[in-house]
Amino acid sequence: MYQISVVTKWCKGCGLCADFCPKNVYDFTMGHPPVPAREADCIGCKICELKCPDFAITVEVKK
Amino acid sequence: MSEHEIRFAMGNDALAEGAIAAGARFYAGYPITPSSEVAEISSVRLPQVGGVYIQMEDELGSMAAIIGASTSGVKAYTATSGPGISLMQENLGVAIMSEVPCVIIDVQRCGPSTGVATKPAQGDVMAARWGTHGDHSIIAISPSSVQECYDYTIKAFNLAEKYRTPVFILADEVIGHMREQYVLHGGEIVNRKQPDPDTPAGDYAAFDFEKYEDEVAPMPPYGSKWVHRMSGSMHGALGFAANDGKSANKNTRHYCTKIDKNRDDIVITESFGMEDADYAIITFGCSVRPAMAAMRIAREKGMKVGVLKLVTIWPFADKEVKAVLSKVKGVVVPEMNLGQVRSEVERYNDRKIPIVGVNRVDCEIITPGEVLAAIEEVAK
Amino acid sequence: MKSTEFIRYNRLPHRWCAGCGYGQVMNSLTKAFEKTGITNENTVVVSGIGCWGHVDSYLTTNAFHGTHGRALAFATGIKLANPSLNVVVILGDGDGVTIGGNHFIQACRRNIDVTAILCNNYNYGMTGGQYSGTTPEHSYTTTSVYGHIEPGFDICKLAEGAGAHYVARSISENVMQTADYIAEGMQRKGFALIEVVAPCTTHYGRNNNMKRPSEFYKWIKSCAVPKAAAEKMTEEQLEGKFVIGKFVDRPGVDYGTKYLEVQKKAQAVAAAKAAE
Repeated sequence: MYQISVVTKWCKGCGLCADFCPKNVYDFTMGHPPVPAREADCIGCKICELKCPDFAITVEVKK
Repeated sequence: MSEHEIRFAMGNDALAEGAIAAGARFYAGYPITPSSEVAEISSVRLPQVGGVYIQMEDELGSMAAIIGASTSGVKAYTATSGPGISLMQENLGVAIMSEVPCVIIDVQRCGPSTGVATKPAQGDVMAARWGTHGDHSIIAISPSSVQECYDYTIKAFNLAEKYRTPVFILADEVIGHMREQYVLHGGEIVNRKQPDPDTPAGDYAAFDFEKYEDEVAPMPPYGSKWVHRMSGSMHGALGFAANDGKSANKNTRHYCTKIDKNRDDIVITESFGMEDADYAIITFGCSVRPAMAAMRIAREKGMKVGVLKLVTIWPFADKEVKAVLSKVKGVVVPEMNLGQVRSEVERYNDRKIPIVGVNRVDCEIITPGEVLAAIEEVAK
Repeated sequence: MKSTEFIRYNRLPHRWCAGCGYGQVMNSLTKAFEKTGITNENTVVVSGIGCWGHVDSYLTTNAFHGTHGRALAFATGIKLANPSLNVVVILGDGDGVTIGGNHFIQACRRNIDVTAILCNNYNYGMTGGQYSGTTPEHSYTTTSVYGHIEPGFDICKLAEGAGAHYVARSISENVMQTADYIAEGMQRKGFALIEVVAPCTTHYGRNNNMKRPSEFYKWIKSCAVPKAAAEKMTEEQLEGKFVIGKFVDRPGVDYGTKYLEVQKKAQAVAAAKAAE
């Protein structure tokens, strides 16, 4: 299980995280921070974390 | 080389040796007559003393490279002539804005554009003052002999370091290529202020000039424990971009006041025969030479003539010029341009005394006879 | 130092637009810094002017923020005056191969020991999306609304032709690959050029009908052909695409090392003269 944190004040709402997520984890509206609505589906690939140009996403193993 | 070697050489030799004596260890330039010997001599001498000579692709790059070297903590200089000065104006602005000490030697030649490559002129007076865009003050020194090329290059570096500013040497082809005896005597060396050793490591504010009475913040070299940012964009104390009007206002005024308020420490003039003079010759650089001859001839003829030699052209010697204008009946300003310094002198002519220029732009040095004729005209 | 220690988190959010690739390249850069084992004290990031040139203000290293196109010339002075510094040069396509084109080819030729990270976003983003020296022919910018008629530079070929000893190209979303190239380039003694193709979502994307940032990323990905694959493709098949990978990695002696020999010779001459 993974925990996704989004620093909303750094996020610019480009949607790369949502558009490239292979598991459709995020709910996203253009211009707004993503909401990891289906966090349980996350497989920890970190594509969103690496693609995020705003340093706003961290994916960690849930403790 | 002994400390007091005596040499018979051209001004360009003395300019290079003066730079090395001042502690300069980096030269970047693009060869151009009549300054090329400064490059050649620097390429021979700098590696001998552990320094670096590099020939850049153009004067834009040359100016940038000397600024870079100076930020690494090495005193740096370049030499060029009019066409190169035009290209250096861009990054001269960076040196002003990021307050980086460096020395630009301009061995002036004739004309705008390519002009006349190997012939003298003194036409870059205003280019040195106002060539780079935006408000700022500048220091420019003009030697009138080979010895002065040596002495005032050392002085130029000292002022650059003391005030964290670029300094111009406004030499000219006459002085640059003229051979005279000069003494390589070393001299007082000024190095830039460093932060107090107890200043904590980490982010260092290289532009916190307001903390210092002389408006000059200590400038560590890159690689020290004081991590810092230099910037040619409008910035705050830490060097981060600050595009607000308040920062722009504060910094722009600072670039002027740090020079202007220290003008008494910077300005150098020399007076000859001014004690009893009825007429004054105000001049600089190579034109000092015919002026001195003209003064001697005039005095032999019974005319009381003196010379005010402007060693620093910028900041302008306003007090010294005013003092001369307040007591003489007329002034002659010989210069190898069409009146760039005369127009400055006229700004202080409250008594409306006659001020006459002797101006040549035909690549020939002004003669004592021409200066004398102008004095006689003023005295009519 | 860890990659995160090179980032000034207190200055985030950065000023780049939504979807701009430069944040990704900055991520690669700090990861490369960690890999190479440098510290912020012994590193100077020299930047030019343009959107990518802002990166230095989000880093904890020393910085020199100079003029448009001249970063390599400033860096040349910084490095030669203190060879112990790690000097990283930030260039955009304007800085690197348009206004600063001559400095670029001369730095490649001289082999000054600095690492240049050139972000190519095909246009001048900061001034509103006008065409640059890398804008592809037939594409649209705010100053080529009828279609661009100049071909763009192939930056890596230019660097290779000018004599660079390390040349690689990546795309901004390949964060790890870019970090590897930057780290390798920094470890090479000599001039290294890493071109990173990055999307300008606000200008180039909008002007070329890529409304959503991810569309632009997909387009770049579709154009980026890995070197091994490209070697099996014909010129026609490669039309409109670009190759990513490492193109040059050859040994050579850098300028600073050669200059030590110059100093030795000069000092021998001076000593002989003094003995006369």
